[in-house]
Parts: sequence; C-alpha cells; structure tokens
Amino acid sequence: MAEADNDNLMRTALYELHGALGAKMVPFAGYEMPVQYEEGVKAEHLWTRAHAGLFDVAHMGPASFRFKPGMGPDTPDERFAELARRAETVIPSAIGVLKPGRLRYTVLLTDEGTIADDLFVGRPAHGPRQGDLYLVVNAGVKEADFARLSAVMGEDVELERYDHGATLMALQGPEAEAVLEGILPGVAAMKFMDFSPFPWEGQGVIVSRSGYTGEDGYEILVWNDHASAFAAELLKDARVKPIGLGARDSLRLEAGLCLYGHDLDVTRDPIEAGLSWVIQKSRRERADFPGAARILAALASGPAELRVGIRPLERAPAREGTEIFAGGEQVGIVTSGGFGPSVEAPVAMGYVRADLAAPGTPVELMVRGKARPAEIAPLPFVEHNYKR
Amino acid sequence: MTDLTQHPTYFTKDHEWVTVHGDLATVGITKFAAEALGDVVFVELPDVGKACSAGDDMAVVESVKAASDVYAPISGEIAEVNDALTDAPETVNEAPEAGGWFVKMKVANADELSALMDRAAYDDFCASEAS
Repeated sequence: MAEADNDNLMRTALYELHGALGAKMVPFAGYEMPVQYEEGVKAEHLWTRAHAGLFDVAHMGPASFRFKPGMGPDTPDERFAELARRAETVIPSAIGVLKPGRLRYTVLLTDEGTIADDLFVGRPAHGPRQGDLYLVVNAGVKEADFARLSAVMGEDVELERYDHGATLMALQGPEAEAVLEGILPGVAAMKFMDFSPFPWEGQGVIVSRSGYTGEDGYEILVWNDHASAFAAELLKDARVKPIGLGARDSLRLEAGLCLYGHDLDVTRDPIEAGLSWVIQKSRRERADFPGAARILAALASGPAELRVGIRPLERAPAREGTEIFAGGEQVGIVTSGGFGPSVEAPVAMGYVRADLAAPGTPVELMVRGKARPAEIAPLPFVEHNYKR
Repeated sequence: MTDLTQHPTYFTKDHEWVTVHGDLATVGITKFAAEALGDVVFVELPDVGKACSAGDDMAVVESVKAASDVYAPISGEIAEVNDALTDAPETVNEAPEAGGWFVKMKVANADELSALMDRAAYDDFCASEAS
C-alpha cells in the first residue's frame, strides 16, 4: 500500500459517519481524520472523562505475524515462543512470557537502542491464533515498523495487516464498560490489557481492554464492512459521543502518555523517556536487545535528561518546542503542551536535565520571548482509571 | 465602555473586526474565527501604549489545540486592552464581536480603513474560504 501525501489522503471506513456527525476533518499521518465534532475539543474531552467517547483510530497499524503454512514449530505454544524470541531482538520487553489473551505496552528499538516507535504487543486468546504475535503500531511510522519487524521475523513468517481491511476504534471513559457489555456480553469481565475475540452480527470482532486516554475502556477491531454499523450501534447509546483527535491529544497528555514523534523519537532511549518499566528484569539480565550497553548504563547511573510533567504557573499554555530554562541557561524542551480541560490549567511534558527532574522544581518557559514561571510536576496530571 | 449595540463595521482577511468611534477603533476577532479556533483558553494582549503598524502581530489567542496570531488591522497606538479576557478567555467564544473585544487603538491613519472589507464583502470572503 502506497503512502499518501496530503493531496491523496486515505479515508477510514468511518469517513461517511464522521461527515454525518459534523466532524471537522484534518490531514493526519496520511489520513483524513476528525479533529473535532460540533461540540469542540473541550466538551469532547470532558465527556470522555465523565461518560464514554468513541474514537476512530483506524489510521493505526494493527497486525499479526504468524508462520507461513507448513512452516515453523508444531504447537501454538512453540510457535508463539519462537515469534516472541525473534521480536525480542528489536523489542526490549519480555514477550515470550505473555499468556494467551494478554497485551503489553512496549517500544521498538533502533540498532542504537533509541525509540523507533511505541506499540502494543499481544498473544491472541484462542485456538491456533495463540501461535500468532499480535501488535498495534503508530500510524506515522507503520511502514518502517513493519519493515523492521519483518526483517527479524524472517522468511518463514508472514505479516497480516488489518489496517486496510479492518477498523480499529476506541471506546473510552467510565461508562464504556456498561455500554459495551450491552453489545458484546462478557467484556465487563476483562481486565486492563486483556484481549479476546467476541461474536457480533455473525462476525468476530477483537476487543482489548486498553486505550490511550488514562480512562478505563476498550479498543475494538471490526472488519470494514461492519465498522460503520458497529460505530452506529455504540452511538445509539446516549452515554456515547464521538470524540476527535483534538481531545484524544489533550486526554493522553493529561494521562502522561507519550505521543510518538513528539515525546518519543529516535533521539530518545527508554530510560530517559521514563519507560524503563517496559524492560523487565529477565531482559535486563539477558542484555540482548539493541543498545543494551547504553540503556543498562543509563539505568544504573541515571540518564542525562528525563521526561517530566510541567505545570505552567500562569495561564499561557507552553506548546511543543518551548525552551525550558533554569538559572539563566536552557535545561530542556517541551515535547507536548497545551491546555488540560480536566486539570483546568495548562499542562505540558518535556525533557529536562536529570538534576532538575524532581516534582516541584521551579523552571522558566520561554513563551514568545518571555520567561514564564513553571514547575516540574508529577505524571500523570489526571489519575489513571484502569480496571486492573 | 465599549458600545455593545454597535456592530463591527470593518473586517480583514485575517478575520479581525474593527469598529470606529471618534478616533478610537475597537478590535476583535470575528465569530467565524472564534468558531474555527474552538475553545479559547488564553489571550495574550499587548501593552497599553504600544505602537502597531497595520499587519503587525498584536495579540495571541490560544485554543485547547493551538496558538494563533492576531494582527493589527490598522496602524495606531494601543489605548486600552480588554483585561476581562485574562480571567475569562471563553468570552471570545461567547461574544466574539462584542464583549470578547481585544484592544482599542488610537486610529493613526483613517485612510487605512478604506482598505478593509465591509460586512457583505467579509461574508462573501468567508463563504469562499469555507468552500
């Protein structure tokens, strides 16, 4: 599938629905996506924190790696173990230990041990699919991710991409469970990071209890020919409203979650990004991932910079690229920033010199040439509401 | 006090409006602009006494998502700013062409007003931008 430029944007299966719902569409990662609907970013954000928001995230890259027919080990356990072993050569998390029906957040590393993407990996719940490796990568880098992963998976493994034939949508918020249970009975029993197929209208849909807003909720993968009907079924419920990318960004920022290409990129490693927890003890002991020497040294002695939360003390938001100063010199940079509707104040994330990373440390933000007071803040800004 | 019964008279292609009373011009952003921006969360206003030339950056309006510049529609000195926007930036969304005004300027050159659009021309301009 060719990459699209802005004149040739791809559309998701929910494009017509967005139009009917009054969405304002913008180009995003090669797709024409809804940035907001009629009520606007702030109302959509607050609705999601209080009720349930439906997000079109079909631009992202869900996919499975599996052995080609007649190749690979015989049992699903052995097949998954071998795929996990290969994936672990470029991913520093323990993947082989995943039980069927479980997902894990992790990062894809460059050869230098910096972050090529952040992603979810999982082991499917049932039957022969237990021998597959499932993953969801970011829209903007999916071609590169699939190329890098395919290279380590080898010739006997094939990639099935769902991003053109199926639609990933997210239902997020405290009422998501009650809403989805009414449509897909059984989902209420799932725990955070479980994933499993469910029957709907004679088809299978894949449900995970996950998301990127800090709220409880689900991500649902539906075949394209049923995607609009499924979304419409959710929207029939008065507790559900459609939510655009604008609120998705402010929700994930308040939740302290990283946006690839902004808070994470190939210049950052998992330790300075505050993601050392994705590297489990077994992987640290094996030290067999790219850049392990550098990463483990940063883990032992502390990185030079750290990702932190930042609270501007005045009302002016500090946007991405804002320089952070302390003692008259630049000590860091804002990588995501805006206004947090739930916090009712501006919030930001960025990187600062490690000795200034403690919450409460005063810093200055250079906004339009003027130094404005701010302080380092703990992340997340809004407590996570996951069902563990 | 701003005369809230008087509707804006002049408009720019950058979606500012201007209402003139005597040698003072009240300036704000239009309803069209406010709707396009979405929820305004912060407005940065210039210092009183600052001299602006037509087209200069004069103020900044920030929505949840992004920051946008507001330009001086005409030349003149800033005589007054709408301090109420500091604590209630949402006024820009609620009453963009009335209580959500940004600044009052001393009109330096009334001839510059003739270069601006009237309401009918501005409405046509917005319609062409939206299509």
